Amino acid sequence: MNIAVLVKLVPDTAAQIRLMSDHSDIERRDLNWVLSPYDEFAVEEALQLAEKKGGEVTAVSCGDESMVEALRKALAMGAAKALHIKREGPHNLLAIARAIADNIHERKFELIFAGCKATDDESAAIGQMVATMLEIPCVTEVNKLEVGDGSLTAERNIEGGSELLEASLPCVVTAQKGLNEPRYPKLKGIMMAKKKPVETVEAPAGEARLDSLAIAYPPERPEGRIVGEGVEAVPELIRALREEARVIE
Amino acid sequence: MSVLVYMEVIGGELKKASLEALGIGRELAGELGGSAHAVAVADDPGGVLDTVKAHGADTIYTVEGSDHANYIPEAHLAAVVEAADRSGAQAVLIPATARGRDLAPRVAAKLNVAFIPEVTGLELEDGQIKAVRPEFAGKVYRTVKTTALPVVISTRPNTFDASRADGAGAREQLEISFEPKAKVVETRKAGGEKLDVAEADIIVSGGRGLKEPENFKIVEELADTLGAAVGASRAVVDAGWRPHAEQVGQTGKTVSPTLYIAVGISGAVQHLAGMRTAKTIVAINKDPDAPIFKVADYGLVGDALAVVPKLTEKLKK
Ligand SMILES: Cc1cc2nc3c(=O)[nH]c(=O)nc-3n(C[C@H](O)[C@H](O)[C@H](O)COP(=O)(O)OP(=O)(O)OC[C@H]3O[C@@H](n4cnc5c(N)ncnc54)[C@H](O)[C@@H]3O)c2cc1C
Ligand SMILES: Nc1ncnc2c1ncn2[C@@H]1O[C@H](COP(=O)(O)O)[C@@H](O)[C@H]1O
Repeated sequence: MNIAVLVKLVPDTAAQIRLMSDHSDIERRDLNWVLSPYDEFAVEEALQLAEKKGGEVTAVSCGDESMVEALRKALAMGAAKALHIKREGPHNLLAIARAIADNIHERKFELIFAGCKATDDESAAIGQMVATMLEIPCVTEVNKLEVGDGSLTAERNIEGGSELLEASLPCVVTAQKGLNEPRYPKLKGIMMAKKKPVETVEAPAGEARLDSLAIAYPPERPEGRIVGEGVEAVPELIRALREEARVIE
Repeated sequence: MSVLVYMEVIGGELKKASLEALGIGRELAGELGGSAHAVAVADDPGGVLDTVKAHGADTIYTVEGSDHANYIPEAHLAAVVEAADRSGAQAVLIPATARGRDLAPRVAAKLNVAFIPEVTGLELEDGQIKAVRPEFAGKVYRTVKTTALPVVISTRPNTFDASRADGAGAREQLEISFEPKAKVVETRKAGGEKLDVAEADIIVSGGRGLKEPENFKIVEELADTLGAAVGASRAVVDAGWRPHAEQVGQTGKTVSPTLYIAVGISGAVQHLAGMRTAKTIVAINKDPDAPIFKVADYGLVGDALAVVPKLTEKLKK
């Protein structure tokens, strides 16, 4: 099987995000950068499939030079090779998806894995957009996958339950937690990753249809209070919820 | 401005998040004397049309028939694209539910227009749309503005109010052509009539402070008493005490209920990411220095195993 996996580098989820002094963007220095957590599930699933059915996994990332690090991490986990779609310019979902679609459509991937969302911009969009541009099916937020001959079955959670989908191949699959347990790259893998081929192609920044005006910290929550200690404080808690917050009957 | 809003109908039922999207859609349209339209795909949407009309839709575009009992992404995509074209919509709003998250980016890609996902604030400015959305798990909020319309936007559930303005509500059936490439073949309900955290008005969540999976019983009883959904921290989901569907946080669900009660949860950043926009937060934790108290409106320091049953008992009276 010829499999692609879309990956992205993001600040680790425990990072404290600080803003630049002019609030135009986040401060990107001094952050610890990792493979986006859902992309780890995507890479793992791609590797397991290739191991089971034979085939090769290509890691694909679109962005500036820093994205090569995301590719290296996927290579260290076990991907065979990588494609860096070099694109400078502000974040732009449509342009990124277009760049990915344009550069993978002739490579005849049977499966394209992506994370269900990147933990920085949290758009949960690229997989579906790439699939739409390539006019192939897409199943999202998948936590169980069965790949057969020319088709697949996927399970995903929805509000109040789950649903089972069938789709034909080629197909884009976006990975949700639960799909598998991502492996840790071993030292040997990290060493080998440095020698694996990374192909680079250029892509345009694309037309901007959105302006980013500002970025801000979330509105402060109003100062709370401790209503008391132990079971003795229960009546006061109930009173506060009924009479002050008015959130219960 | 003309606005089109996607109505999610599953098993004959209209999802509340659709009406919230229609509420803000109606408001956007109304400001410039425009109209709000709705689009629904279902085997028989007849039962929801009155509700959609009563919440402000002027035209309700429908795609109907037994083929559409289950979700076929390509059909819903074709329906929204066709309705957007017919209505001349400048903005297409789709609730960011599991289905909406699946569908919305496809619509943007198909229309080749900008996509603004998971917005929590939306307004018109100089004929363009200004939106606020959380990034980095809610650690920051970005404000973006369109420079070209139309635009596709997904709206975060439990954020906008459904409107009560009546619309003209004219039903217009669409003929669409599409090639099904994926389809839902089975829908399963989670155990019984359980309320989902992503849709609940009140959530009682439990964490490792409950000590043992059996002790979740006290969380369930409190939830039952309040008509609430049960949520969980990742620690107890990873330990196998609770299903992943209940996990709240960065790698779980993002919730904005009216009331969130965190029981024995420390309040790690990744947990806060999923619930910090709740209207009222209550924390019950034995450690007065637990970070959860920093976001809580009401904190109670104490042993959950004693406090929670007492709370349930008093509320029942
Ligand atoms: C990439 C990544 C993603 C993550 N995503 C999520 C996510 O989506 N959701 C999430 O929740 N976490 C997530 N986490 C994990 C998160 O960092 C924490 O580890 C987790 O939230 C801790 O769960 P907890 O609060 O139940 O447990 P703990 O941190 O162990 O806290 C237990 C709390 O219970 C209190 N306690 C103990 N005994 C009692 C008692 N008898 N009565 C009352 N209180 C008591 C303690 O004081 C403590 O505060 C993620 C982590 C990573 C790295
Ligand atoms: N610049 C990018 N390059 C490659 N893959 C990406 C890029 N951005 C997003 N993706 C993929 O799309 C998924 C969803 O990202 P997003 O739509 O940004 O939330 C990610 O988990 C990646 O798998």
